[in-house]
Amino acid sequence: MTVAAAINGALRPVPPAVVYVLGVLPALWLVMLLFAGGLGVDPVRRLEQDLGLYALQFLIAGLCITPLRRLTGINLIRFRRAVGLIAFGYAALHVAVWVALDLQFRWAEIGAALVKRPYIVAGAAAFLMLVPLAWTSTDSAMRRMGAAAWRRLHLLVYPAALAAAVHYVWLVKRWPIEPILYLAAVAALVGLRVLWRARRPA
Amino acid sequence: MRHPRKTDPTWADVTPKPLWLNRRALIAGAAALAAAGPAAARLPKGRFSTDEAPNSWDDITSYNNFYEFGLDKGDPKRNAQRLTTDPWSIVIDGLVDRPGTYDLADVLKDQPLEERIYRFRCVEAWSMVIPWVGFELQGLLNRVGVQPGAKYVAFETLLRPDEMPGVARRVLDWPYREGLRLDEAMHPLTILATGLYSEPMPKQNGAPIRLVVPWKYGFKSIKSIIRITLTETQPFTSWNDAAPREYGFYSNVNPEVSHPRWSQASERRIGDGLFGRRRDTLMFNGYGDEVAGLYAGMDLRANY
Repeated sequence: MTVAAAINGALRPVPPAVVYVLGVLPALWLVMLLFAGGLGVDPVRRLEQDLGLYALQFLIAGLCITPLRRLTGINLIRFRRAVGLIAFGYAALHVAVWVALDLQFRWAEIGAALVKRPYIVAGAAAFLMLVPLAWTSTDSAMRRMGAAAWRRLHLLVYPAALAAAVHYVWLVKRWPIEPILYLAAVAALVGLRVLWRARRPA
Repeated sequence: MRHPRKTDPTWADVTPKPLWLNRRALIAGAAALAAAGPAAARLPKGRFSTDEAPNSWDDITSYNNFYEFGLDKGDPKRNAQRLTTDPWSIVIDGLVDRPGTYDLADVLKDQPLEERIYRFRCVEAWSMVIPWVGFELQGLLNRVGVQPGAKYVAFETLLRPDEMPGVARRVLDWPYREGLRLDEAMHPLTILATGLYSEPMPKQNGAPIRLVVPWKYGFKSIKSIIRITLTETQPFTSWNDAAPREYGFYSNVNPEVSHPRWSQASERRIGDGLFGRRRDTLMFNGYGDEVAGLYAGMDLRANY
C-alpha cells in the first residue's frame, strides 16, 4: 500500500467536523490571550492582523487540497468545505474588528478608505468575493445551482486569494519577507491551475 | 489587559519599582539626580507639557519602530539590548563655529534637563503620550554656534551592523537620516531627549540621545544620534528617500492630508485597550498655537 493510500485510509473515519474544531482553536487562542493580557500594548492591531492572517492561511490551505491530491494522491477533498468556511469566518471577524474596534463605525472614514485606499479596496474585494462562496457552500445550494454553475462561481476563490495576499503586501510600510511569501504561495497555487487548464486537451 | 491610567501620576506611581532600584547613572545629567535618590529625581515639569495621562513604561518601551533592530514592533525591545551606548559621541559639523566630535557628557554639559510630556503621533495613525526627559536642541546649537549660511539641520543614527540585526536587510538606505529646517530645529518644542520617566533612555527608544519633534510624525524624531550637521541645502531624509510620495520632508501631523495608502484623520491611542475610543487627529498634533507660524503662507498639501 502506498503512503498516500495509507493516509487516505487513516482519514476515512475522520469526520469533517474535526476540521471545524481544529479551525476554531486559533480563535480560542486569541480569546485566551485577550483575557490573559497577552495581546500586547495594542490589542486591536494584534487581533486585526492575526485574524486576517488566519483567514489567508486557511484560504491557502484550501487551495492546496487539489494539488495535493493530483501530485501525491492524498485526498482531503472531504475537508475542503470546512477549510473554506473557516477561512471565511476569520475574514469576517477580521473585517468586524476593522469596522468596530479599529475604525469604530466612523463611516465617513470607512467609506473613504473603501474608495481611496488601494489596500483596503483589495481586502474588501477579497472579502466580497468570499461571501457568495460561503453562501453557496451547502449541499442544497450546490444542487440548486447545478455542478457546472457552482464550479464556475467557486472559481472566485482564486481572485479572492490573490486580492487577499495583495492586500497584505500593500498595507505594510516597506518590504518585509512574510507578506511577499504569502503572495508567492497564492500566485504559485493559482499558477498551477492556469498551467493545468492550458495543458488540458481542448 | 488594559493598562490603568491615572489622571495625575507621580513618578513613584508610574515607574516600576525595579527601575528605581536599578537606577544607573548613565548620563551626566541623570547621574546627579540619581545620586540624590528617587525623591529628587522629579525633574522640573517643562512648559509645553500636556496634562494628558502618559502611557505606561511598558507601552512606551515595548511598541517601537526602530528598523535597525527589526521590523516588528516588539523587535527593538528584544534586539536592542546589546547595543553599546557608552562610550558615545556626536560629530557636530557643517556650518557651525565649533565643529568637532563631542563626547555625550560634553553635549549635555550645561543643558538644563526637564520633563516634557508630549503627545507622540506615528505616521501609522497611532499615538501615545510620552514623558520625555531632555533639553531644547537650540541650547546645543547655540553653544556650537550656527553660522549665518545654515538653513537646515541634518541628523544621523548610529549604523553598527554587528549590534543591529535589522540593517542586514536594506529596508532603508542606512544609516537612518533625518532633517529639520533651522527654524524648526531652533523651536523650543524641539528637544534632544536622554530619558523618559526620568530613567535613562531605553535602548529601544533611541538611547542614549534622540530627537523629539512633537508636531511631526514620529519617524522625524530620529533615534541614537551620532551626527548633527548644519547645512545650506535640504538634507537627505530616509523615509522621503524610500517613498517620496508617501513621506515628505516636513511630515507635519496633518489630519487633512492623507498618507496615500491610509487616512490621517484620526488615530488610536496605544494603551486604551480593546475598546479605547478612536481620536480625531489634531493639526500639528495639537501644537498649532506654537508652530503654525513656522509655516505661514506655505501650502501644506504640497509640502507634506
